[in-house]
Amino acid sequence: MAPEKIILRFSADTVKKPIIYALAKEYDLVANILKASINPHQEGTMVLELTGERYEEGIRFLEKQGISVHPLAQEVKRNQEKCTHCGNCTAHCPTHALSIERPSMEVKFNEDECILCLMCVKICPVHAMEVRI
Amino acid sequence: MSVERTYKEINERIKAGKAVVLTAEEVIDKVREQGISRTAQEVDVVTTGTFSPMCSSGVFLNFGHTRPRMRMSKVWLNNVPAYAGLAAVDVYLGATELPEADPANRDYPGEFRYGGAHVIEDLVAGKEVSLRAQSYGTDCYPRTKFETTITLDKINEAIMFNPRNAYENYNCAVNSTDRMIYTYMGALKPHFGNASYSTSGQLSPLLKDPYFKTIGIGTRIFLGGGIGYVAWNGTQHFPGFLKDEEGNNLTGAGGTLAVIGDLKQMNARWLVGTSYLGYGATLTVGIGLPIPILNEEILVHAAKTDEELFAEIVDYGNDYPNFKAGALGRVSYAQLKSGSIKLQGKEIPTSPVSSYLRAREIAGTLKEWIQKGEFLLGEPSQLLPGPEQGLKGKALT
Repeated sequence: MAPEKIILRFSADTVKKPIIYALAKEYDLVANILKASINPHQEGTMVLELTGERYEEGIRFLEKQGISVHPLAQEVKRNQEKCTHCGNCTAHCPTHALSIERPSMEVKFNEDECILCLMCVKICPVHAMEVRI
Repeated sequence: MSVERTYKEINERIKAGKAVVLTAEEVIDKVREQGISRTAQEVDVVTTGTFSPMCSSGVFLNFGHTRPRMRMSKVWLNNVPAYAGLAAVDVYLGATELPEADPANRDYPGEFRYGGAHVIEDLVAGKEVSLRAQSYGTDCYPRTKFETTITLDKINEAIMFNPRNAYENYNCAVNSTDRMIYTYMGALKPHFGNASYSTSGQLSPLLKDPYFKTIGIGTRIFLGGGIGYVAWNGTQHFPGFLKDEEGNNLTGAGGTLAVIGDLKQMNARWLVGTSYLGYGATLTVGIGLPIPILNEEILVHAAKTDEELFAEIVDYGNDYPNFKAGALGRVSYAQLKSGSIKLQGKEIPTSPVSSYLRAREIAGTLKEWIQKGEFLLGEPSQLLPGPEQGLKGKALT
């Protein structure tokens, strides 16, 4: 079974719950945390790959805890109108979701590979990489 | 018999719809197939292109007069200050200018999301831009305050004048230090984590005429999606060559252009407000030059390939900020475009700051204009200084 990539958003109330432990122990799910952060308002974001037979049950458990679950690919988008295909982002994309096709030198964005590190959003000189909240 | 052509002859052929025009990429293939001599006999013009951040860019604007009249000694456009130390209602808006309230690098690395370049893009896109002006009053210009919104159509003139554009060649930038640095070549990772390069290599205008045999005052060019002209040499125009181990000329470097054109006929696709994290705002400008194949020697250079054109690797962590001469090495544009280079035994990923894809589109567009007879070559009134003049930069002490 292929791992599902998801983003979890925690409120200040839910951020302290040991949910990864619960997913493993109660639902027998394998979690691979790709990124986790807590902002100064104590709100958390976690990007993870989740695998297991009881995936759907695990997701229902998360939602019941007040944690919002989003599919990953929908979160960072490239604005095709704005992108000039300069390629400056490609050196900073850790998974090569952003890459240069050769010999055309066209910049490609493979959303499936994106782990939402948001480096491209900061780096893109023409602000073509946008976060959808 | 080696071929000789004049501008007049080429323009006659363009008017008759008979000119043979190839882009700098296409001419490379042609020369590979049939050699320099035969290609020179066939091809009249080679078109080039670059789409790159060019900080030394800006526009002269004349707004028209208010009633009663006003001098306008301080002017802001969308809160970005424009230089108004000129005659009444004339200003110059520079691409890198920031709003006074911008935190710049106080919140490091600064984002520089909106500057003069973005105002220029908004104007070209036909958007409304707020104008705020202050002045001391005079008997002939009594008004002291004014606020309105302008669009490009509503004002008298908008003349793009960029004092330093289209740099002939550029450093490949790396970072030797142990922290991320933020430069006009983008963010550079510590310990030579990545290498950043500019120019479009084999499509790049000045790399294709390194002796300045065809480029001069009055050369008609593609500028910002419209037609512009080479006005003068750019500032810091010190044309020369990178040398190989034997001291032979390898690749042109150091030349720059000052260009001018009517902003009202340009297009926001080719003038894009740009922000470099931790560095500043700048304008990405589309420029394309036609190179008339007046003789074989001009074609030899116009047909140079990415394998034959080189850039120097420079440490932006140390040497560049301290204005210390010396390069860490030299790489071809073919290597840079391949996605990685080798430096001190380490494989380093490369990424460009200039869009090769768009450079190709510019060269293609210019070719189309010439083929349709819409664009004639401008014969320079005077060629720009070439490498033989030995112009050198001065250090400020």
